[in-house]
Amino acid sequence: MTLAWREAINAFKRAPMLSALSITTIAFSLFAFGLFGLVALNIRQALTQIEERVEVRAFLGDGTAPEASAAALGDIQAFPEVASATLITSRQALDRARKELGEFNDIFDAALLPASIDIQLKPGFRDPTHVRAVAARIRTYDFVEDVRFGEEWVEKLHQIRNASTLAGLALGLTFAIVAVIIIGSTIRMAVLARVREIAIMRLVGATDGFVRRPFLIEGALKGAMGGLLALLLTWLANEIVGRVAFEAAFFDIRLSIAGIFAGALIGLGGSAFSVGRHLRDL
Amino acid sequence: MIRFTRVRKEYPRTGVALQDVSFFVNKGEFVFLTGPSGAGKSTILKLIFADELPTAGEVKVANVSSATLQRRDVASLRRKLGIIFQDFRLLEDRNVEANVAFALEVTGAPRALIGPRVAKLLAQVGLASQGRAYPRELSGGEQQRVAIARALANDPVAIVADEPTGNLDDRATRGVFQLLRDINATGTAVMMATHDLELVKRSNCRTLELNDGTLVFDSAEQMPGADTP
Ligand SMILES: Nc1ncnc2c1ncn2[C@@H]1O[C@H](COP(=O)(O)OP(=O)(O)OP(=O)(O)O)[C@@H](O)[C@H]1O
Ligand SMILES: [Mg+2]
Repeated sequence: MTLAWREAINAFKRAPMLSALSITTIAFSLFAFGLFGLVALNIRQALTQIEERVEVRAFLGDGTAPEASAAALGDIQAFPEVASATLITSRQALDRARKELGEFNDIFDAALLPASIDIQLKPGFRDPTHVRAVAARIRTYDFVEDVRFGEEWVEKLHQIRNASTLAGLALGLTFAIVAVIIIGSTIRMAVLARVREIAIMRLVGATDGFVRRPFLIEGALKGAMGGLLALLLTWLANEIVGRVAFEAAFFDIRLSIAGIFAGALIGLGGSAFSVGRHLRDL
Repeated sequence: MIRFTRVRKEYPRTGVALQDVSFFVNKGEFVFLTGPSGAGKSTILKLIFADELPTAGEVKVANVSSATLQRRDVASLRRKLGIIFQDFRLLEDRNVEANVAFALEVTGAPRALIGPRVAKLLAQVGLASQGRAYPRELSGGEQQRVAIARALANDPVAIVADEPTGNLDDRATRGVFQLLRDINATGTAVMMATHDLELVKRSNCRTLELNDGTLVFDSAEQMPGADTP
Protein backbone atom coordinates (compact mmCIF):
# COMPACT_ATOMS: atom_id res chain seq x y z
CA MET A 1 0.00 0.00 0.00
CA THR A 2 1.32 3.44 -0.83
CA LEU A 3 1.98 6.14 1.72
CA ALA A 4 -0.99 8.14 0.50
CA TRP A 5 -3.42 5.27 1.11
CA ARG A 6 -1.91 4.47 4.47
CA GLU A 7 -2.21 8.13 5.42
CA ALA A 8 -5.82 8.25 4.31
CA ILE A 9 -6.68 5.18 6.35
CA ASN A 10 -4.72 6.47 9.33
CA ALA A 11 -6.90 9.56 9.20
CA PHE A 12 -9.88 7.33 10.05
CA LYS A 13 -8.06 5.80 12.99
CA ARG A 14 -6.80 9.14 14.20
CA ALA A 15 -10.25 10.73 14.28
CA PRO A 16 -12.85 7.96 14.26
CA MET A 17 -15.66 10.15 15.59
CA LEU A 18 -15.03 12.89 13.08
CA SER A 19 -14.79 10.38 10.27
CA ALA A 20 -18.02 8.68 11.32
CA LEU A 21 -19.70 12.07 11.51
CA SER A 22 -18.68 13.11 8.04
CA ILE A 23 -19.63 9.74 6.59
CA THR A 24 -23.08 9.88 8.16
CA THR A 25 -23.70 13.46 7.08
CA ILE A 26 -22.80 12.58 3.53
CA ALA A 27 -24.96 9.49 3.86
CA PHE A 28 -27.93 11.52 5.05
CA SER A 29 -27.50 14.09 2.31
CA LEU A 30 -27.37 11.37 -0.30
CA PHE A 31 -30.18 9.49 1.46
CA ALA A 32 -32.46 12.50 1.05
CA PHE A 33 -31.29 12.75 -2.52
CA GLY A 34 -31.92 9.03 -2.97
CA LEU A 35 -35.42 9.19 -1.54
CA PHE A 36 -36.32 12.01 -3.82
CA GLY A 37 -34.70 10.23 -6.70
CA LEU A 38 -36.79 7.18 -5.91
CA VAL A 39 -39.99 9.23 -5.93
CA ALA A 40 -38.95 10.80 -9.21
CA LEU A 41 -38.03 7.39 -10.59
CA ASN A 42 -41.41 5.96 -9.71
CA ILE A 43 -43.34 8.92 -11.05
CA ARG A 44 -41.30 8.69 -14.19
CA GLN A 45 -41.98 5.01 -14.58
CA ALA A 46 -45.68 5.46 -13.96
CA LEU A 47 -45.71 8.25 -16.50
CA THR A 48 -44.00 6.15 -19.12
CA GLN A 49 -46.49 3.38 -18.55
CA ILE A 50 -49.39 5.78 -18.81
CA GLU A 51 -47.88 7.48 -21.80
CA GLU A 52 -47.56 4.19 -23.56
CA ARG A 53 -51.31 4.07 -23.43
CA VAL A 54 -51.74 7.60 -24.72
CA GLU A 55 -53.75 7.14 -27.81
CA VAL A 56 -55.44 9.47 -30.18
CA ARG A 57 -58.80 8.25 -31.34
CA ALA A 58 -60.49 9.84 -34.34
CA PHE A 59 -64.20 9.05 -34.58
CA LEU A 60 -65.50 8.78 -38.09
CA GLY A 61 -68.87 10.03 -39.20
CA ASP A 62 -71.66 7.65 -40.14
CA GLY A 63 -71.46 6.40 -43.69
CA THR A 64 -67.89 7.36 -44.32
CA ALA A 65 -66.83 5.68 -47.52
CA PRO A 66 -64.42 2.77 -46.89
CA GLU A 67 -62.05 4.16 -49.55
CA ALA A 68 -61.93 7.52 -47.80
CA SER A 69 -61.15 6.03 -44.41
CA ALA A 70 -58.54 3.69 -45.92
CA ALA A 71 -56.84 6.62 -47.63
CA ALA A 72 -56.89 8.62 -44.37
CA LEU A 73 -55.42 5.64 -42.51
CA GLY A 74 -52.56 5.53 -45.01
CA ASP A 75 -51.94 9.26 -44.58
CA ILE A 76 -51.97 9.06 -40.83
CA GLN A 77 -49.64 6.09 -40.74
CA ALA A 78 -47.15 8.19 -42.68
CA PHE A 79 -47.13 10.99 -40.02
CA PRO A 80 -43.64 11.16 -38.47
CA GLU A 81 -45.10 11.08 -34.95
CA VAL A 82 -47.25 8.02 -35.53
CA ALA A 83 -46.14 4.55 -34.51
CA SER A 84 -49.25 2.77 -35.70
CA ALA A 85 -52.78 3.49 -36.73
CA THR A 86 -55.63 1.00 -36.98
CA LEU A 87 -59.08 1.25 -38.41
CA ILE A 88 -61.74 0.09 -35.98
CA THR A 89 -65.04 -0.54 -37.69
CA SER A 90 -68.26 0.02 -35.86
CA ARG A 91 -68.65 -3.76 -35.54
CA GLN A 92 -65.17 -4.15 -34.01
CA ALA A 93 -65.85 -1.29 -31.62
CA LEU A 94 -68.91 -3.14 -30.41
CA ASP A 95 -66.97 -6.37 -29.92
CA ARG A 96 -64.28 -4.59 -28.00
CA ALA A 97 -66.76 -2.85 -25.75
CA ARG A 98 -68.46 -6.14 -25.03
CA LYS A 99 -65.21 -7.79 -24.14
CA GLU A 100 -64.16 -4.96 -21.88
CA LEU A 101 -67.44 -4.74 -20.08
CA GLY A 102 -68.10 -8.49 -19.92
CA GLU A 103 -71.33 -8.97 -17.99
CA PHE A 104 -72.99 -5.82 -19.23
CA ASN A 105 -72.74 -6.84 -22.85
CA ASP A 106 -76.51 -6.85 -23.29
CA ILE A 107 -76.52 -3.11 -23.10
CA PHE A 108 -74.70 -2.92 -26.38
CA ASP A 109 -77.07 -5.13 -28.30
CA ALA A 110 -78.85 -2.36 -29.94
CA ALA A 111 -76.24 0.34 -29.58
CA LEU A 112 -74.31 1.55 -32.54
CA LEU A 113 -70.75 2.56 -31.84
CA PRO A 114 -68.96 4.86 -34.27
CA ALA A 115 -66.06 3.59 -36.33
CA SER A 116 -62.70 5.10 -35.46
CA ILE A 117 -59.04 5.28 -36.34
CA ASP A 118 -56.94 4.47 -33.28
CA ILE A 119 -53.53 6.03 -33.36
CA GLN A 120 -50.49 5.07 -31.28
CA LEU A 121 -47.72 7.66 -31.11
CA LYS A 122 -44.00 7.02 -31.14
CA PRO A 123 -42.13 7.50 -27.84
CA GLY A 124 -40.92 11.09 -27.60
CA PHE A 125 -44.07 12.35 -29.34
CA ARG A 126 -46.45 11.52 -26.51
CA ASP A 127 -46.22 14.89 -24.79
CA PRO A 128 -49.16 17.31 -24.92
CA THR A 129 -47.73 19.54 -27.64
CA HIS A 130 -47.20 16.73 -30.12
CA VAL A 131 -50.43 15.00 -29.24
CA ARG A 132 -52.36 18.20 -29.80
CA ALA A 133 -50.62 18.85 -33.10
CA VAL A 134 -51.43 15.38 -34.39
CA ALA A 135 -55.04 15.72 -33.23
CA ALA A 136 -55.38 19.04 -35.04
CA ARG A 137 -54.09 17.58 -38.29
CA ILE A 138 -56.50 14.66 -38.11
CA ARG A 139 -59.39 16.98 -37.43
CA THR A 140 -58.96 18.47 -40.89
CA TYR A 141 -60.57 15.43 -42.56
CA ASP A 142 -64.18 16.37 -42.95
CA PHE A 143 -65.46 12.87 -42.22
CA VAL A 144 -63.74 12.94 -38.83
CA GLU A 145 -66.39 13.94 -36.34
CA ASP A 146 -64.38 14.11 -33.18
CA VAL A 147 -60.84 13.53 -31.91
CA ARG A 148 -60.23 12.41 -28.34
CA PHE A 149 -56.93 12.07 -26.57
CA GLY A 150 -57.51 12.63 -22.87
CA GLU A 151 -56.28 16.15 -23.24
CA GLU A 152 -56.42 17.26 -19.62
CA TRP A 153 -54.75 14.40 -17.87
CA VAL A 154 -51.97 14.12 -20.41
CA GLU A 155 -51.19 17.70 -19.66
CA LYS A 156 -51.51 17.31 -15.91
CA LEU A 157 -49.21 14.31 -15.81
CA HIS A 158 -46.62 16.24 -17.69
CA GLN A 159 -46.84 19.10 -15.30
CA ILE A 160 -46.32 16.74 -12.37
CA ARG A 161 -43.38 15.11 -14.08
CA ASN A 162 -41.72 18.41 -14.87
CA ALA A 163 -42.28 19.75 -11.38
CA SER A 164 -40.88 16.59 -9.80
CA THR A 165 -37.81 16.62 -12.01
CA LEU A 166 -37.19 20.26 -11.18
CA ALA A 167 -37.72 19.75 -7.46
CA GLY A 168 -35.45 16.71 -7.56
CA LEU A 169 -32.70 18.64 -9.24
CA ALA A 170 -33.00 21.61 -6.90
CA LEU A 171 -33.11 19.49 -3.75
CA GLY A 172 -30.36 17.18 -4.94
CA LEU A 173 -28.10 20.07 -5.78
CA THR A 174 -28.75 21.73 -2.42
CA PHE A 175 -27.89 18.54 -0.59
CA ALA A 176 -24.80 18.05 -2.71
CA ILE A 177 -23.62 21.54 -1.77
CA VAL A 178 -24.30 20.86 1.91
CA ALA A 179 -22.33 17.62 1.64
CA VAL A 180 -19.43 19.41 -0.05
CA ILE A 181 -19.36 21.99 2.74
CA ILE A 182 -19.46 19.33 5.43
CA ILE A 183 -16.69 17.22 3.95
CA GLY A 184 -14.75 20.38 3.23
CA SER A 185 -14.82 21.39 6.85
CA THR A 186 -13.91 17.92 8.12
CA ILE A 187 -10.95 17.89 5.74
CA ARG A 188 -10.07 21.36 6.98
CA MET A 189 -9.93 19.98 10.51
CA ALA A 190 -7.87 17.05 9.29
CA VAL A 191 -5.44 19.42 7.59
CA LEU A 192 -5.15 21.57 10.70
CA ALA A 193 -4.60 18.49 12.85
CA ARG A 194 -1.69 17.61 10.62
CA VAL A 195 -0.01 20.97 10.00
CA ARG A 196 3.16 19.75 11.67
CA GLU A 197 3.28 16.61 9.62
CA ILE A 198 2.59 18.53 6.43
CA ALA A 199 5.37 21.01 7.27
CA ILE A 200 7.77 18.09 7.75
CA MET A 201 6.63 16.47 4.51
CA ARG A 202 7.38 19.72 2.75
CA LEU A 203 10.79 19.99 4.39
CA VAL A 204 11.87 16.60 3.12
CA GLY A 205 10.76 17.47 -0.39
CA ALA A 206 7.15 16.36 -0.82
CA THR A 207 5.35 17.94 -3.77
CA ASP A 208 2.00 19.67 -3.32
CA GLY A 209 0.35 16.81 -5.13
CA PHE A 210 1.89 14.32 -2.76
CA VAL A 211 0.75 16.29 0.28
CA ARG A 212 -2.73 16.61 -1.17
CA ARG A 213 -3.20 12.99 -2.21
CA PRO A 214 -4.02 11.39 1.15
CA PHE A 215 -6.64 14.06 1.83
CA LEU A 216 -8.22 13.51 -1.56
CA ILE A 217 -8.27 9.76 -1.01
CA GLU A 218 -9.70 10.31 2.46
CA GLY A 219 -12.46 12.52 1.06
CA ALA A 220 -13.28 10.15 -1.77
CA LEU A 221 -13.32 7.13 0.56
CA LYS A 222 -15.61 8.86 3.04
CA GLY A 223 -17.84 9.99 0.20
CA ALA A 224 -18.05 6.48 -1.23
CA MET A 225 -18.81 5.06 2.21
CA GLY A 226 -21.47 7.73 2.70
CA GLY A 227 -22.89 6.80 -0.68
CA LEU A 228 -22.98 3.13 0.26
CA LEU A 229 -24.70 3.90 3.55
CA ALA A 230 -27.19 6.15 1.76
CA LEU A 231 -27.92 3.37 -0.70
CA LEU A 232 -28.56 0.99 2.17
CA LEU A 233 -30.88 3.48 3.89
CA THR A 234 -32.75 4.17 0.68
CA TRP A 235 -33.14 0.47 0.04
CA LEU A 236 -34.45 -0.04 3.58
CA ALA A 237 -36.93 2.80 3.14
CA ASN A 238 -38.03 1.27 -0.15
CA GLU A 239 -38.51 -2.12 1.53
CA ILE A 240 -40.60 -0.57 4.30
CA VAL A 241 -42.77 1.26 1.78
CA GLY A 242 -43.09 -2.04 -0.08
CA ARG A 243 -44.30 -3.80 3.06
CA VAL A 244 -46.79 -1.26 4.32
CA ALA A 245 -47.96 0.52 1.17
CA PHE A 246 -47.17 -0.43 -2.39
CA GLU A 247 -44.41 -2.07 -4.35
CA ALA A 248 -42.17 0.71 -5.64
CA ALA A 249 -39.36 0.43 -8.14
CA PHE A 250 -35.75 0.65 -6.91
CA PHE A 251 -32.62 1.91 -8.63
CA ASP A 252 -31.01 -0.62 -10.92
CA ILE A 253 -27.42 -1.72 -10.38
CA ARG A 254 -26.00 0.98 -12.63
CA LEU A 255 -27.82 3.77 -10.84
CA SER A 256 -26.77 2.30 -7.48
CA ILE A 257 -23.12 2.29 -8.50
CA ALA A 258 -23.56 5.79 -9.89
CA GLY A 259 -24.89 6.82 -6.44
CA ILE A 260 -21.80 5.51 -4.66
CA PHE A 261 -19.68 7.15 -7.31
CA ALA A 262 -21.52 10.42 -6.77
CA GLY A 263 -20.73 10.16 -3.06
CA ALA A 264 -17.06 9.63 -3.84
CA LEU A 265 -17.15 12.58 -6.20
CA ILE A 266 -18.77 14.82 -3.60
CA GLY A 267 -16.16 13.75 -1.06
CA LEU A 268 -13.37 14.30 -3.53
CA GLY A 269 -14.73 17.70 -4.53
CA GLY A 270 -15.15 18.82 -0.93
CA SER A 271 -11.65 17.77 0.07
CA ALA A 272 -10.00 19.14 -3.07
CA PHE A 273 -11.61 22.49 -2.48
CA SER A 274 -10.65 22.57 1.19
CA VAL A 275 -7.13 21.18 0.85
CA GLY A 276 -6.34 23.51 -2.02
CA ARG A 277 -7.32 26.50 0.06
CA HIS A 278 -5.51 25.47 3.21
CA LEU A 279 -2.28 24.23 1.73
CA ARG A 280 -1.73 27.49 -0.05
CA ASP A 281 -1.31 29.36 3.21
CA LEU A 282 0.54 26.69 5.17
CA MET B 1 27.04 25.51 -4.68
CA ILE B 2 25.33 28.07 -2.44
CA ARG B 3 25.66 31.65 -3.62
CA PHE B 4 24.13 34.74 -2.04
CA THR B 5 24.40 37.86 -4.16
CA ARG B 6 23.50 41.16 -2.49
CA VAL B 7 20.60 39.56 -0.70
CA ARG B 8 18.11 41.70 1.13
CA LYS B 9 15.24 40.31 3.15
CA GLU B 10 12.38 42.26 4.61
CA TYR B 11 9.56 40.71 6.59
CA PRO B 12 6.11 42.27 6.46
CA ARG B 13 5.88 43.37 10.10
CA THR B 14 9.41 43.22 11.47
CA GLY B 15 11.16 44.98 8.63
CA VAL B 16 14.68 44.40 7.40
CA ALA B 17 16.20 41.09 8.52
CA LEU B 18 19.11 40.92 6.05
CA GLN B 19 20.80 43.51 3.93
CA ASP B 20 23.41 43.26 1.22
CA VAL B 21 24.52 39.76 2.15
CA SER B 22 26.89 38.09 -0.34
CA PHE B 23 28.87 34.88 0.13
CA PHE B 24 29.68 31.66 -1.61
CA VAL B 25 29.86 28.15 -0.21
CA ASN B 26 31.75 25.52 -2.17
CA LYS B 27 30.92 21.86 -2.63
CA GLY B 28 31.94 19.88 0.43
CA GLU B 29 32.64 22.90 2.67
CA PHE B 30 31.75 23.09 6.36
CA VAL B 31 30.54 26.54 7.32
CA PHE B 32 29.41 27.93 10.67
CA LEU B 33 26.90 30.72 10.78
CA THR B 34 27.19 32.74 13.97
CA GLY B 35 25.90 35.96 15.43
CA PRO B 36 23.67 37.23 18.19
CA SER B 37 20.01 36.37 18.46
CA GLY B 38 17.99 38.11 15.78
CA ALA B 39 21.03 38.64 13.56
CA GLY B 40 19.42 36.76 10.68
CA LYS B 41 20.96 33.27 10.83
CA SER B 42 17.70 31.38 10.52
CA THR B 43 16.63 33.75 7.77
CA ILE B 44 19.70 32.85 5.73
CA LEU B 45 18.98 29.15 6.14
CA LYS B 46 15.31 29.62 5.22
CA LEU B 47 16.41 31.42 2.06
CA ILE B 48 18.62 28.45 1.23
CA PHE B 49 15.82 25.90 1.44
CA ALA B 50 13.33 28.26 -0.18
CA ASP B 51 11.09 28.67 2.82
CA GLU B 52 11.48 32.39 2.19
CA LEU B 53 12.33 34.33 -0.94
CA PRO B 54 14.74 37.29 -0.97
CA THR B 55 13.25 40.76 -1.23
CA ALA B 56 16.17 41.77 -3.43
CA GLY B 57 19.31 40.06 -4.70
CA GLU B 58 19.66 36.44 -5.65
CA VAL B 59 20.00 33.16 -3.78
CA LYS B 60 21.35 30.33 -5.88
CA VAL B 61 21.44 26.79 -4.49
CA ALA B 62 22.52 23.76 -6.52
CA ASN B 63 21.98 25.75 -9.71
CA VAL B 64 18.45 26.76 -8.74
CA SER B 65 18.03 30.53 -8.66
CA SER B 66 15.55 32.32 -6.42
CA ALA B 67 14.87 34.63 -9.34
CA THR B 68 13.25 31.92 -11.42
CA LEU B 69 12.04 29.61 -8.68
CA GLN B 70 8.47 28.34 -9.08
CA ARG B 71 6.40 26.79 -6.35
CA ARG B 72 6.72 23.39 -7.95
CA ASP B 73 10.55 23.62 -7.99
CA VAL B 74 10.73 23.85 -4.20
CA ALA B 75 10.18 20.12 -3.65
CA SER B 76 12.98 19.07 -5.98
CA LEU B 77 15.32 21.67 -4.47
CA ARG B 78 14.66 20.33 -0.97
CA ARG B 79 15.39 16.78 -2.06
CA LYS B 80 18.94 17.94 -2.74
CA LEU B 81 19.22 19.32 0.79
CA GLY B 82 19.08 17.81 4.25
CA ILE B 83 17.44 20.14 6.75
CA ILE B 84 17.93 19.88 10.52
CA PHE B 85 16.48 21.95 13.34
CA GLN B 86 17.04 22.51 17.01
CA ASP B 87 13.69 20.88 17.82
CA PHE B 88 14.32 17.76 15.65
CA ARG B 89 10.87 17.88 14.00
CA LEU B 90 10.21 14.16 14.12
CA LEU B 91 6.78 12.60 13.77
CA GLU B 92 5.86 11.50 17.28
CA ASP B 93 3.38 8.84 16.19
CA ARG B 94 5.92 6.99 14.08
CA ASN B 95 8.90 4.97 15.12
CA VAL B 96 12.46 5.80 14.17
CA GLU B 97 12.47 3.65 11.04
CA ALA B 98 9.23 5.15 9.83
CA ASN B 99 10.52 8.66 10.45
CA VAL B 100 13.53 8.02 8.24
CA ALA B 101 11.55 6.05 5.66
CA PHE B 102 9.18 9.00 5.42
CA ALA B 103 11.75 11.10 3.56
CA LEU B 104 12.18 8.31 1.02
CA GLU B 105 8.47 7.61 0.58
CA VAL B 106 7.84 11.26 -0.08
CA THR B 107 10.16 11.13 -3.09
CA GLY B 108 8.43 8.02 -4.41
CA ALA B 109 11.41 5.71 -3.82
CA PRO B 110 10.67 2.04 -4.66
CA ARG B 111 9.43 0.24 -1.58
CA ALA B 112 11.91 -2.59 -1.89
CA LEU B 113 14.78 -0.14 -1.58
CA ILE B 114 13.46 1.75 1.42
CA GLY B 115 14.01 -0.92 4.09
CA PRO B 116 17.70 -1.58 3.38
CA ARG B 117 18.38 2.12 2.87
CA VAL B 118 16.82 3.01 6.25
CA ALA B 119 18.88 0.33 7.97
CA LYS B 120 22.04 1.68 6.40
CA LEU B 121 21.22 5.27 7.41
CA LEU B 122 20.44 4.29 11.00
CA ALA B 123 23.73 2.39 11.17
CA GLN B 124 25.51 5.47 9.85
CA VAL B 125 24.17 7.65 12.69
CA GLY B 126 24.76 4.95 15.30
CA LEU B 127 21.14 3.97 15.92
CA ALA B 128 21.11 0.56 14.23
CA SER B 129 19.33 -1.08 17.15
CA GLN B 130 16.79 1.67 17.91
CA GLY B 131 14.74 1.44 14.74
CA ARG B 132 11.58 0.31 16.53
CA ALA B 133 11.72 2.96 19.24
CA TYR B 134 9.49 6.02 19.19
CA PRO B 135 11.02 9.52 19.33
CA ARG B 136 9.79 10.15 22.90
CA GLU B 137 11.69 7.06 24.03
CA LEU B 138 15.00 8.53 22.86
CA SER B 139 17.37 11.12 24.32
CA GLY B 140 17.72 14.50 22.64
CA GLY B 141 21.00 13.51 21.05
CA GLU B 142 19.49 10.33 19.70
CA GLN B 143 16.48 12.17 18.33
CA GLN B 144 18.79 14.57 16.53
CA ARG B 145 20.60 11.58 15.03
CA VAL B 146 17.29 10.33 13.70
CA ALA B 147 16.71 13.73 12.14
CA ILE B 148 20.19 13.58 10.61
CA ALA B 149 19.50 10.10 9.22
CA ARG B 150 16.32 11.47 7.69
CA ALA B 151 18.22 14.46 6.27
CA LEU B 152 20.69 12.10 4.62
CA ALA B 153 18.02 9.88 3.09
CA ASN B 154 18.05 11.44 -0.35
CA ASP B 155 21.84 11.86 -0.63
CA PRO B 156 21.83 15.63 -0.22
CA VAL B 157 24.54 17.85 -1.67
CA ALA B 158 24.30 20.01 1.45
CA ILE B 159 23.08 19.80 5.03
CA VAL B 160 21.42 22.91 6.38
CA ALA B 161 21.33 22.87 10.18
CA ASP B 162 19.70 25.54 12.34
CA GLU B 163 21.24 25.25 15.83
CA PRO B 164 21.21 21.45 15.72
CA THR B 165 22.91 21.25 19.11
CA GLY B 166 20.90 24.01 20.75
CA ASN B 167 18.87 21.61 22.88
CA LEU B 168 21.68 19.18 23.69
CA ASP B 169 24.12 18.81 26.56
CA ASP B 170 27.88 18.90 25.97
CA ARG B 171 28.34 15.23 25.35
CA ALA B 172 25.46 14.98 22.92
CA THR B 173 26.61 18.19 21.24
CA ARG B 174 30.02 16.74 20.60
CA GLY B 175 28.50 13.54 19.27
CA VAL B 176 26.14 15.29 16.87
CA PHE B 177 28.85 17.69 15.76
CA GLN B 178 31.26 14.83 15.08
CA LEU B 179 28.56 13.09 13.08
CA LEU B 180 28.12 16.21 10.95
CA ARG B 181 31.89 16.40 10.45
CA ASP B 182 31.93 12.76 9.34
CA ILE B 183 29.14 13.43 6.88
CA ASN B 184 31.03 16.47 5.63
CA ALA B 185 34.12 14.31 5.18
CA THR B 186 32.20 12.24 2.60
CA GLY B 187 31.73 15.35 0.44
CA THR B 188 28.44 16.79 1.67
CA ALA B 189 28.56 20.51 2.37
CA VAL B 190 27.28 21.56 5.79
CA MET B 191 25.98 24.95 6.80
CA MET B 192 25.32 25.14 10.50
CA ALA B 193 23.91 28.05 12.48
CA THR B 194 25.02 28.03 16.10
CA HIS B 195 25.37 30.04 19.29
CA ASP B 196 28.06 27.70 20.57
CA LEU B 197 31.23 29.77 20.16
CA GLU B 198 33.29 27.15 21.99
CA LEU B 199 32.40 24.66 19.31
CA VAL B 200 33.25 27.12 16.57
CA LYS B 201 36.61 27.97 18.09
CA ARG B 202 37.59 24.35 18.68
CA SER B 203 36.72 23.14 15.22
CA ASN B 204 38.64 25.57 13.08
CA CYS B 205 36.00 25.62 10.30
CA ARG B 206 35.02 28.48 8.07
CA THR B 207 32.76 30.91 9.91
CA LEU B 208 30.29 33.51 8.69
CA GLU B 209 29.29 36.01 11.30
CA LEU B 210 26.17 38.08 11.12
CA ASN B 211 25.20 41.10 13.09
CA ASP B 212 21.92 42.89 12.74
CA GLY B 213 21.26 41.49 9.27
CA THR B 214 24.69 42.24 7.86
CA LEU B 215 27.53 39.85 7.20
CA VAL B 216 30.32 41.25 9.37
CA PHE B 217 32.92 38.51 9.15
CA ASP B 218 33.84 35.66 6.83
CA SER B 219 36.85 33.66 7.93
CA ALA B 220 37.44 32.52 4.34
CA GLU B 221 38.36 36.10 3.45
CA GLN B 222 40.94 36.27 6.24
CA MET B 223 43.77 34.91 4.14
CA PRO B 224 46.75 33.57 6.07
CA GLY B 225 49.26 36.37 6.53
CA ALA B 226 46.77 39.10 5.78
CA ASP B 227 47.26 42.22 7.86
CA THR B 228 44.72 41.54 10.55
CA PRO B 229 45.28 42.76 14.10
N1 LIG C 1 8.69 34.74 9.91
C1 LIG C 1 9.09 35.97 10.29
N2 LIG C 1 8.24 37.01 10.17
C2 LIG C 1 8.62 38.24 10.53
N3 LIG C 1 9.83 38.53 11.00
C3 LIG C 1 10.72 37.54 11.14
C4 LIG C 1 10.39 36.21 10.78
N4 LIG C 1 11.46 35.43 11.02
C5 LIG C 1 12.42 36.24 11.48
N5 LIG C 1 11.98 37.52 11.57
C6 LIG C 1 12.75 38.68 11.99
O1 LIG C 1 13.96 38.67 11.29
C7 LIG C 1 15.04 38.96 12.13
C8 LIG C 1 16.08 37.85 12.07
O2 LIG C 1 15.54 36.69 12.59
P1 LIG C 1 16.26 35.28 12.52
O3 LIG C 1 15.31 34.27 13.02
O4 LIG C 1 16.83 35.09 11.18
O5 LIG C 1 17.44 35.47 13.57
P2 LIG C 1 18.44 34.41 14.18
O6 LIG C 1 19.80 34.93 13.91
O7 LIG C 1 18.13 33.07 13.66
O8 LIG C 1 18.12 34.50 15.71
P3 LIG C 1 18.20 33.36 16.82
O9 LIG C 1 19.63 33.18 17.14
O10 LIG C 1 17.45 33.90 17.95
O11 LIG C 1 17.59 32.14 16.22
C9 LIG C 1 14.47 39.15 13.53
O12 LIG C 1 14.38 40.52 13.79
C10 LIG C 1 13.08 38.57 13.46
O13 LIG C 1 12.18 39.34 14.21
MG1 LIG D 1 17.40 31.31 14.50
